[in-house]
Amino acid sequence: MEALVASAIGVLTACGVYLILRLRVFAAILGISLLSYAVNVFLFSTGRLATGAAPILDKYAENPVYTDPLPQALVLTAIVISFGMTAVLVMFTLGAYLEAGHDRIDMDEVEPDIDDPITEGIALDMSAEPAEDRT
Amino acid sequence: MSEISLLPIIAILPFVGALMPGIVIRAGRNACAAFTAAPTLLALVMLGTLAPSVYDGTVYTTHFSWIPQLGLEASFFLDGLGLMFACMILGVGLLITLYARFYLSGDDPMGQFYTYLLLFQGAMLGITLSDNILLLLVFWELTSLSSFLLIGYWKHLPEGRQGARMALTVTGAGGLAMIGGMLILGDIVGSYNLTDILAAGDQIKASEWYLPALILILLGAFTKSAQFPFHFWLPHAMAAPTPVSAYLHSATMVKAGVFLMARMWPALAGTSEWFYIVATIGLITMVLGAVIALFKDDLKALLAFSTVSHLGLLTMLLGFGTKAAAVAAVFHILNHLTFKAALFMSAGIVDHEAKTRDIKQLGGLRKLMPITATIATITALSMAGIPLFNGFVSKEMMLEEATHTVWWENPWIVPALATLGAVFSVAYSLRFIFHTFDGPVRDDYPAKPHDPPFGMYASPAFLAIFVVILGLFPGIADGIVGMAASAVIGETVHPHLALWHGFKPALYMSIVAIVVGIVLLLLHRPLDAAWLAAPRPEAKRLFDDLIRGVVGLTRRVNDVLHNGALSRYLAIFCASTVAIGYLAYSGGGLLPATREMLPTPPLAIVAWALMVLATILVVVLHRTRFAALIAISVIGLVISIGFVYLSAPDLALTQISVETVTIMLLLLALHFLPKETPVESSIGKRRLDGLIAIGSGLGIGALAYAFMMRDFSSISGYHLANSYEGGGGTNVVNVILVDFRGYDTYGEIIVLGIAGLAIYALMETLLSGPAGARLRNSGYNNDRSHDRHPLMMVIAARLMLPIAGVVGIYIFLRGHNEPGGGFVAGLVISIALLIQYMASGFAWTTRRQRMEYHGLIGFGVVIAGLTGLGAILAGTPFLTSWFTYIHLPPIEEFEFATAALFDLGVFLCVLGAVMLMLYSLSRLARHSGETVNTEPMDYDPSKAPTFFEDGYRTEEEGR
Repeated sequence: MEALVASAIGVLTACGVYLILRLRVFAAILGISLLSYAVNVFLFSTGRLATGAAPILDKYAENPVYTDPLPQALVLTAIVISFGMTAVLVMFTLGAYLEAGHDRIDMDEVEPDIDDPITEGIALDMSAEPAEDRT
Repeated sequence: MSEISLLPIIAILPFVGALMPGIVIRAGRNACAAFTAAPTLLALVMLGTLAPSVYDGTVYTTHFSWIPQLGLEASFFLDGLGLMFACMILGVGLLITLYARFYLSGDDPMGQFYTYLLLFQGAMLGITLSDNILLLLVFWELTSLSSFLLIGYWKHLPEGRQGARMALTVTGAGGLAMIGGMLILGDIVGSYNLTDILAAGDQIKASEWYLPALILILLGAFTKSAQFPFHFWLPHAMAAPTPVSAYLHSATMVKAGVFLMARMWPALAGTSEWFYIVATIGLITMVLGAVIALFKDDLKALLAFSTVSHLGLLTMLLGFGTKAAAVAAVFHILNHLTFKAALFMSAGIVDHEAKTRDIKQLGGLRKLMPITATIATITALSMAGIPLFNGFVSKEMMLEEATHTVWWENPWIVPALATLGAVFSVAYSLRFIFHTFDGPVRDDYPAKPHDPPFGMYASPAFLAIFVVILGLFPGIADGIVGMAASAVIGETVHPHLALWHGFKPALYMSIVAIVVGIVLLLLHRPLDAAWLAAPRPEAKRLFDDLIRGVVGLTRRVNDVLHNGALSRYLAIFCASTVAIGYLAYSGGGLLPATREMLPTPPLAIVAWALMVLATILVVVLHRTRFAALIAISVIGLVISIGFVYLSAPDLALTQISVETVTIMLLLLALHFLPKETPVESSIGKRRLDGLIAIGSGLGIGALAYAFMMRDFSSISGYHLANSYEGGGGTNVVNVILVDFRGYDTYGEIIVLGIAGLAIYALMETLLSGPAGARLRNSGYNNDRSHDRHPLMMVIAARLMLPIAGVVGIYIFLRGHNEPGGGFVAGLVISIALLIQYMASGFAWTTRRQRMEYHGLIGFGVVIAGLTGLGAILAGTPFLTSWFTYIHLPPIEEFEFATAALFDLGVFLCVLGAVMLMLYSLSRLARHSGETVNTEPMDYDPSKAPTFFEDGYRTEEEGR
C-alpha cells in the first residue's frame, strides 16, 4: 500500500512540475492543482498509513487503534485553503488575460493573440469603454 | 549607582532630542536652535558630573543584555579617552548649533538640519561610549547614514548629492570590512566587550587571525578618517553646508577612525604590522594632503585637504606605537579640533558674506571684516605650527617623535617626509591668511563683505581663545591629555606639555618648515601653473567609473538571471531543490525501515492505476483544456476514495466537496480563456522540463516512501487521550480543528475570507477597466446552446436544494463526534447554492437569496472570534472550549459545546468565501451579456428565436 501511495505522490508531483513549467497560465493552474493533491497526500502520509483506524473515538471498543489525527487536521484546512489559493490565481489569470490579451506566463513583450475572439472584440470597438474609466 | 545609569541616558539624549527640532521649528528659528542645544547641553552637564571621578581614574560601565545569543549587549563605558571625545563632540556640537542658527538662510529647512545634526551627534557619542564592539558597529553605521543626510542636506545641489553618495559608499564599505574585523576580534578573545578585548592584547597579537582582523578594522578606520587611498571622499563632502563641514571634519566623523585606532591601541598596536601599515599610510596621507591643499583655490577644499593631512599626522603618530607618540596624538586631536573648527567657520563666514570662497577672487578682507580676519589668522597660524599657538606644541612633539623613528632600517626617511609635510602645511596655512585677508581691497567681490553678527563669529572666536591659551600655556592641558592618553595606552602617564622643548632637532625642523614654507608661498604663482599643467589622477572620475562598472556588471548578471522568463526561474528552483535534496540524502543516508508494508488489495491497484492514468492524461491532454479538466476531476475522486480507505473520513468529505467547487471554478474560468494551448516550447525544452519533472517526482515519491516505512513519535497521543475529556468530542480531527489548534483554524478562515474578498475586489476592478470593455465587446454571447436553463436540470436542482440543506445541517451538527463539521458543511451548502446558479441562472438566483456573501464572511469571523473571547471572560485562554450535556425531555441527552459556535463561524466563513469567489467569476460572465432565455423555464420551443446570420437575438429584441 505504501508503495502505491508513494508512487502516486511521485506521479502527481512529476506531472504537476511539468505543467507548471509550461508557458501558458492555464497549464500552470492545472499543474498547481496536481501539486496541491500531491502535497496534501504527502502531508497526510506523514501520519503513516492505517486502515480501519479512523480517529473517531469509540468508547465501546476494546483496545481501539486510531491513526494519527494531527496530519488529517492539517490537511483538512490545507485542502480548503488550496482551493482559495487556486481561486485567487484563476482570478489573476483572468484579469491578466483580459487586460493583456494573451495568457502567456513569461514577461517578454509579445503581441496579443489576434485570432482570439476577445482581442478581435477590442479591435472592433474600444469606445465601449465607459467614459468615467478614463478619468 | 546613580552615576552609572547616567551613561545610557547620555547616549540616548541626542536621539530623543532629534525628535524635537522638526516640531519646534514652527515656533521659530531661535526656538528650534534652543531645543537642539538643550539635549546637547544636558548631556554635557551630565558628563560634567562624571568628569571629576573619571579624571581620577574611575572607569564607569553599565551593562544591559540586548541579544545575548549574539553577544550583543547595550553596554556603555566611560574612561578618559571616551570622556575627552564625548566632551569634544558635545561641546563643538553646541558651538555648531549656535553658528548654524545664523548661517542657514530662511529658505533652508532648519528643523531637518538640526534633526540630522542631533542624530549624527548621537551616533558619534554612541561610538565613544560603547563598551560592546557590536554596539559600536551599530553606532558606526549610524554615523555613515546620518552623515549622508547631513552632507546631502542641500538636496538641490548635484555636488551635494554626489558627495553624500560618495561618502556613504566609501565609509559604508569600510564599515562592512570593519564588521568582519570586529567579529574576528571577538572570536579570538571570546567576548565582544571592549574592556575584555583591550585586556587581551597579547592573546590577539599572538593569534594567527591577527593580521586579517587588523587589516579589516583598519579598512574601516582608514575610510572613515579619509586616509590614502580613500581620502578622496572628504573634499567632495565639502558640498555640504559649512556648519556640517566644520562639525564632521574637525571634531567628529573623520575623528571616528582616529578614535577607533586610539581605542584599539592596547589591543592591536605595537607590532611591526601595525607600524608599517598605520604609520606608512599616515605618513603618505599627511604629505599628500598637505601638497594638494597648497594648490586648492576653494577655501573649504584647502581646509579639507589640510584635514586629510592632519588626520594622516594623527594616524602616523598612533602608528608609531610609542607612548610619547600616543600622548602627542591625543594632544593634537584636541588642538586640531580647536583650530580646524574655527577655520571652517571662518571660511563659512567669508563665503556667507562675500558670496564666494574662491581664493583667487578674494583678498584684502582684513580691512572689511577685521574680526573674522583676526580669528582666521590666529587659528591658521596655529594650523601652520607657528610658536605661541597650540598647533606648534603638538607639531613639535610630532617632529620629535619622527626623529626617533626608523623606517625599514632607514632613520632619515620619516623625519624628512614629516618635515616636508610641515613645509607644505606652513605654506597652505599662510596662503589661507595672506591670499584671503591680505592685499589690497578689491571692488569685484560678488557681494560687499562685512563682519557678521556676533552670534555667527561667537563660536570661532571662542575656539580661537583656546588656541591662544593652549599655545601660551600648554601645561594646563597636562591633566586632560594625561587622562586620555592613559586610557589609550592602558597605563597611567603624566605628560608635561611645554612651549619650549630646548634646542632639539625638532626645533630646527620647525624652523626649516617655516622658512621653506614662506618661500613656497612666494613662489606660489609659478608653482600653481606647473601644478595645473601636470597630469593628475582625478579621484572623482575614477570613483564614478568604478561605480559605473559595478552597476554595469550587476545589471548584466541580473539580466542573465532575471530575464522575465518565470518558467525558467521555476525550472531552476525545482532542479536545485531536487539537487539539494539529493545532496542531503547522499550525505546522511537512511535509517533502516521499521514498519511493515500494509497489504495491497486488488481494488487499490485498480484505483491507483485509474489515478495515474488520469494524471498522465492531464499532461497529455493539457493543450485541449476542457479534456484536461475532465481528467483532473478523476484524480480528486480517487484521492477521496483513498482517504476513506486509509481511515480519514473527514478528509474524504472535504476533498470531494472541494473537488466539486474547484472544477466549477475552473470551468467558469475556461469560459473566458482560450480553449486550446498552442505548442510553444521547443522539443529540447520539453525534454529538459520532463527531466526536471521526473527528478522531482522521484525525489518526492522516494521521500514519501521513506517516511511511511519508518516509525516516528508524535504529539497526537495527547490529542487522542484528551479529545473526549478535554474537548467533549469523539471526532479527534474536528476537536483538533475547533479546540486544540483553534487558533490556527481561526487564522485559516480569515485567510480564506480575505481570499474571497480579494477576488471580489479584483473582479470589480476588472469590470471597470479595459478588461470590462473587452468583455462587453467579446463574442461570448454567441452561445452554443439555445436553452441556457435546461428544464430537467432546473427542476432537479430545485428539488435538491432542501435536501442538500438538510444534509449540510446534519453534517455540521454531527461534526464534533462523527465525520463532518463546519468546513464540510460550508462546502456542501455552497455547492447546493451553486447548483441553483448553474441551473436557473445568475439573475434568478440572486433575486431570491438576499444574503450578502461579504457579510457571511464577516459574521463568521466575528462569531468565531467572540467565541474565543468568551473563553477569556470565563478566565481561560483565548479559544478554550467549554461544553456540557443538556437533557430536554422529548429528545435524548445531547451535548452543547462552545466549540460548536466556533464551528458555526467556520461554516459561515467558508460558505461566504466560496460563494463570493464563484459569484465574482460568474458576474464576469453576466457582464459579457446574456442572449438566449434570460429566465429559467421561459423557453418556449414554439417561439424559437429568429436565426440571424450573426447569431441569436436576445429575448428582449424578440418581444
